[in-house]
Amino acid sequence: MSNRIDVKKTYKLFINGAFPRTESGRTYEVKNAKGVFIAHPCLASRKDLKDAVVAARAAQAGWNKASAYNKGQILYRIAEILEGRRAQFVDEIVSVTGVTKAKADKELTDSVDRLVWYAGWTDKISSLSGALNPVAGPYYNFTIPESMGVIAAIAPEAPSLLGLIDAIAPIIVGGNTVIVLASTKAPLSAMSFAEVIATSDVPAGVINILTGKKDEIAPWMASHMDIDGFDISGLGAKKHAEVKTVATENLKRIYSFKSADPARILAFMENKTVWHPIGL
Amino acid sequence: MSYYGLVDGTEASLKKYLASLSGVDQVGADARAAMLATRSIKAASKRWAIDTAISMVDLTTLEGADTPGKVQALCSKAVRPDPTDSSVPSVGAVCVYNDMVGIARTHLDLIGGEHVGVAAVSTAFPSGRASMPVKIQDTQDAIDAGASEIDMVIDRGAFLSGRYIEVFDEIVKIREVCGDKAHLKVIFETGELVTYDNVRKASFLAMAAGAHFIKTSTGKVAPAATAPVVLVMLEAVRDFYAMTKVRIGVKPAGGIRNTKDAIKQLVLVNETAGPEWLKPSLFRIGASALLNDLLMQRMKMDDGYYASPQYVTID
Repeated sequence: MSNRIDVKKTYKLFINGAFPRTESGRTYEVKNAKGVFIAHPCLASRKDLKDAVVAARAAQAGWNKASAYNKGQILYRIAEILEGRRAQFVDEIVSVTGVTKAKADKELTDSVDRLVWYAGWTDKISSLSGALNPVAGPYYNFTIPESMGVIAAIAPEAPSLLGLIDAIAPIIVGGNTVIVLASTKAPLSAMSFAEVIATSDVPAGVINILTGKKDEIAPWMASHMDIDGFDISGLGAKKHAEVKTVATENLKRIYSFKSADPARILAFMENKTVWHPIGL
Repeated sequence: MSYYGLVDGTEASLKKYLASLSGVDQVGADARAAMLATRSIKAASKRWAIDTAISMVDLTTLEGADTPGKVQALCSKAVRPDPTDSSVPSVGAVCVYNDMVGIARTHLDLIGGEHVGVAAVSTAFPSGRASMPVKIQDTQDAIDAGASEIDMVIDRGAFLSGRYIEVFDEIVKIREVCGDKAHLKVIFETGELVTYDNVRKASFLAMAAGAHFIKTSTGKVAPAATAPVVLVMLEAVRDFYAMTKVRIGVKPAGGIRNTKDAIKQLVLVNETAGPEWLKPSLFRIGASALLNDLLMQRMKMDDGYYASPQYVTID
């Protein structure tokens, strides 16, 4: 008989490349499909959101300046590391959601493939959406998509990992930084995914992950003046009107998506048009 | 100059005076400063603290790249920190290099900022490495250009070598140049003084020599205005008041970047020197980035949601 004590993991937030506990000290219970207690993740507060926005804002200029090639490398690196930790993620998804191992394995495969797919978009999105516009004069006139800034996102309840990746990846492909609220019922794979991010050369502050209640945090995300865009794909439809009303104060761009799509990347980019004299 | 009857101006009397000072309990000072930093501030007090802190800011630009335009913009911000809200008080003063004093004074008077002072850094700021005639001329220039406050640096080399009388004489001479026209703030550069004992010693030396204010740092050396250093200086002015019934001001400068830091400073003042010191004539905060954070916190308290740096000026 082993007399070893179980080593249980504490699930914390991921802000500015570090794993702090929520400043509020609040937690909530996560149970599996059969009602058995699994973990006590953090119940993020408004101040945690504020700290995450400060980190995301500080990181945005540097991330935006990284070359498309470098951004693609880093996204691909996340996929590599995630692939290497397949067993841990499959176990976590099975234990929390109660799906079969085969189904969890499929979600992991889809998640890795989705990251690779987004990695490929980093150096192609400006070709897809940019243009050389015809103008009546001796000028080149370019339109190119540029990052919007700091974006908040709410990941769907399920699939908890694939949905999280769909919330994060398109936003950072465009050079934005992100604060994402993970699935409330199944946040464990999100917090383990934070460990993947922390070891994948993603600069601190580019991706920040919170866990908590959507109805509580969504209005704070909508009202924060320093968040430029908000992906509410994972927020219940009943809450959409309230969030959009709050966000009118700061003209925040709000979008909701049903699937992975290059439009998700372009939603949080703004078009910049440049005039350049020919012959100079 | 009476030196408050504490010293008679000779080296022997100065040494005796400094030797009579008690030492600082370093562990105790660190612990007390850390304890005071944990005080919770309720919303109503916070609102008062933010406005008080704004009125205590010495809005500072001390860059080699300063231009008249930048100084004028800073002056406009000093008078009306938030152009959209006239209930925000003006800051205590603007703090600039010697050659910008005239530009700052003229612009302040032009835009209705007569109540905002101009502080000039002086005596070969930030190193203090120049001859005495140069330091005197430096100070005289600033006063002639309209400076109402002189922020002088001490010769840290002399102080650390134990040549206290040189430091004392310098402060006395600069105070004579200031006369009635300008308040004198004496900068210790506590980051270079190594120990809290030295900070206490420098505080008493400067106060006896005639300083109106004692100031932690130039802002060019880290660490600057750490909480324990400010605590030691506040204890010094409190003890000096007990000895002489004269209130000397304190100015922490450098490293105070957000509202939380500023409020911690106010708590230190209230709990150490006392509420009499909670006014711009006896407590100032030397800062540049701090003002924007104070304004953003103020907006947050008014509007109920977090503000964005896009709504305050880029300095």
